Amino acid sequence: MTSVGTRPVRPAPRAGGTPRAGRGRALLARLDVKASPYAFVAPFFVVFLVFGGYPLVYTLWVSLHDWGLASGTRKWAGFGNYGYLFGDEQFWHALENTVGIFLLSTVPQMLLALLLANTLNRRMRAATVFRIGVVAPLITSMAAVAIVFGQLFDTDYGFVNWLLQSHIDWHTGRAWSWTAIAVMVDWRWTGYNALIFLASMQAIPKDLYEAAAIDGASRIRQFWQITVPLLRPTILFTLIISTIGGLQMFTEPVLFGSGTSNKMDGGATHQFQTLTMYMYDNAFGHDRYGYGAAIAWALFLLIIVFSLLNFLFVRRAGGTR
Amino acid sequence: MRANRLRAVTVLAAAGVLAAACGGGGGGDSKSDKNFTLTVDVFGEFGYETLYKGFEQTHPGVTVKQRKVSSLDDYKPRLQQWIATGSGAGDVVALEEGILPLYMQQRAKFVNLFDFGARSMQGDFLPWKWQLGLSPDGSQLVGLGTDVGPLAMCYRKDLFKKAGLPTDRDEVGKLWPTWDQFFATGQRFQGKLSGTKWLDGPTAVLRATVLQDAGSGPGYSFFDKSNNLVFDSNPAVKQAFDTTLKFEQNKMTADMSIFTPPWQTALKRDTFATVPCPSWMLGGIKQFSGDFGKGKWDVATTPGGSGYWGGSWLSVPKQSRHQKEAAALAEYLTGAQSQVGAFKDKDTFPSNVKAEQDPAVSGATNDYFSGAPTGKIFGQLVSSVRPVFLGPKNEDVRQAVENVLIAVGQGKVKPEDAWPKAVEAAKKAAR
Repeated sequence: MTSVGTRPVRPAPRAGGTPRAGRGRALLARLDVKASPYAFVAPFFVVFLVFGGYPLVYTLWVSLHDWGLASGTRKWAGFGNYGYLFGDEQFWHALENTVGIFLLSTVPQMLLALLLANTLNRRMRAATVFRIGVVAPLITSMAAVAIVFGQLFDTDYGFVNWLLQSHIDWHTGRAWSWTAIAVMVDWRWTGYNALIFLASMQAIPKDLYEAAAIDGASRIRQFWQITVPLLRPTILFTLIISTIGGLQMFTEPVLFGSGTSNKMDGGATHQFQTLTMYMYDNAFGHDRYGYGAAIAWALFLLIIVFSLLNFLFVRRAGGTR
Repeated sequence: MRANRLRAVTVLAAAGVLAAACGGGGGGDSKSDKNFTLTVDVFGEFGYETLYKGFEQTHPGVTVKQRKVSSLDDYKPRLQQWIATGSGAGDVVALEEGILPLYMQQRAKFVNLFDFGARSMQGDFLPWKWQLGLSPDGSQLVGLGTDVGPLAMCYRKDLFKKAGLPTDRDEVGKLWPTWDQFFATGQRFQGKLSGTKWLDGPTAVLRATVLQDAGSGPGYSFFDKSNNLVFDSNPAVKQAFDTTLKFEQNKMTADMSIFTPPWQTALKRDTFATVPCPSWMLGGIKQFSGDFGKGKWDVATTPGGSGYWGGSWLSVPKQSRHQKEAAALAEYLTGAQSQVGAFKDKDTFPSNVKAEQDPAVSGATNDYFSGAPTGKIFGQLVSSVRPVFLGPKNEDVRQAVENVLIAVGQGKVKPEDAWPKAVEAAKKAAR
């Protein structure tokens, strides 16, 4: 902090001052050009270092120990935690769950959000009401969401089973629980992504559509050949944000698992335990803070890998522009 | 323009310095203050709400504030962070029997209650309850006992009647001196009433039977007294596991865990007919069964002889700024008068012998449970309780093993694979 705290700058000397003052002024001007951009972006980096960089390094340090918060153990373990992690079936199981739920939720979510945005982009009555309406799920209290979805996906009395005329046990099966959680995630986040898409759609010049319409292109063709290609940078952005969010999926599966005595278990056979739940459970539930930190770092690296994959995928599909 | 921009930089920088300076300040010492607040951290129902006033009257200037978390599983991580970071914990914290061994390893973080005159209370408590709150060398008293959980069996009288079983609590108790007989009665019951399960789930039975079998056997369960995992070699554990497994594989439980939302909802329906009932469970059933269950529940003796489950201690973390007053509050809350009050309010059975002998406890009946003489039922049980040693990782092992049993009920684990899976899960959890 203090390194940024330069002395207050004296008022610039009037023109025609001594040569010395002139030199000072030139120096100040140069400093202004060279340094002030950094000063302007500094707050972000300072905040990042305090709240992002420091925890990152500290977590790495913790992960190299046998560290227990409740028992007070603190022993150097080197890469012991990482060694265990590679052979830990439950970790890989949780990774499968996380990626599975992520794919099940993100793919339909992106498509739905695009269609929704496209619909909202047309001329319609009370457009603002609808536009605000799509983000309403985001501000709904999570406790209410948990209760409502718990009832929707109840095995015996649930609405979804009634609708499907089935008797699916949504909680015990792996695929069914993933599906139910994906529905919860999509319900919350589709509108948010739609709003981002909508903002970017409104920046597309109208004459492109007019020209296409004159050439006889249908609405659907316009959507796939004008809207989607021009939206590519936005799609990449939302994909990366969804990836980061999806791999850190926590709230929805925890709420979905409120029937288990330990909510972090993700069901009796860990059928919907995500990586962040496994991390939290180790660090704070089972007094293995060091191992929890190792999982956190593994997750961090995974997110980087997945984001790069996304980036490459979208670029391959036609550039980011 | 340029001068303006420079000025902006300066202002920003100065603001940064200022913010940093402010961050370092604050947090003045309030030791000298005469008026202060003592915070008490509890989970579930301790029944202390009406008792704080009494302490505030004898200690002018002190205000007592309670922070309550409904489930123990949510309370655990919070407490852990407070103790580990050395700030945030209440002046008095409740430690449940499952987490007490963990904090016994870190007793330097708690004050020695002997330094605040607690030694004189020794004679008031059940000897084993007192002993568990004491460091192994007997020099530090970490916790003062609150309640104990002598074990009984709660049952739905109305459903028993429908199934043609006796409903009188003495006769019901005679139906099941052993768990095998309890199982046979359950089969009779489910044969008549197919829509209702016999038990709530495997977790309550497992906890009850592990403590019963360990209490009448070696005196330890998952860990021996030198803290080695003996899950697969302790016959008491195997016996309890097999008892529980039998109910699971015959689909005689609703596969639920106590105090979870599905369990709470089920108490308002005819989902299950019996729940293993330590005294504090009565408060939970009353709360969640509500008007629906009023007069439908009753309390009988448990199969398998005497047993207990649960109970807590009160401790004062060293981080408390008012250790003396906090210790006085812990002593007040665990004293005979307060334990009687807590029992009346939330059915937490006293570990304080003087409170147990108080007619308000020993003669108590419970209207909600069809007027059952709970004071007498639990009072008879408490004297025969044999305490069981619990290791610091006991809770972790218990949770992992419960999951295997629940998975059997869900059809995800075959009954014959259950024991090997449980052993494996226990080893992983004890790591």
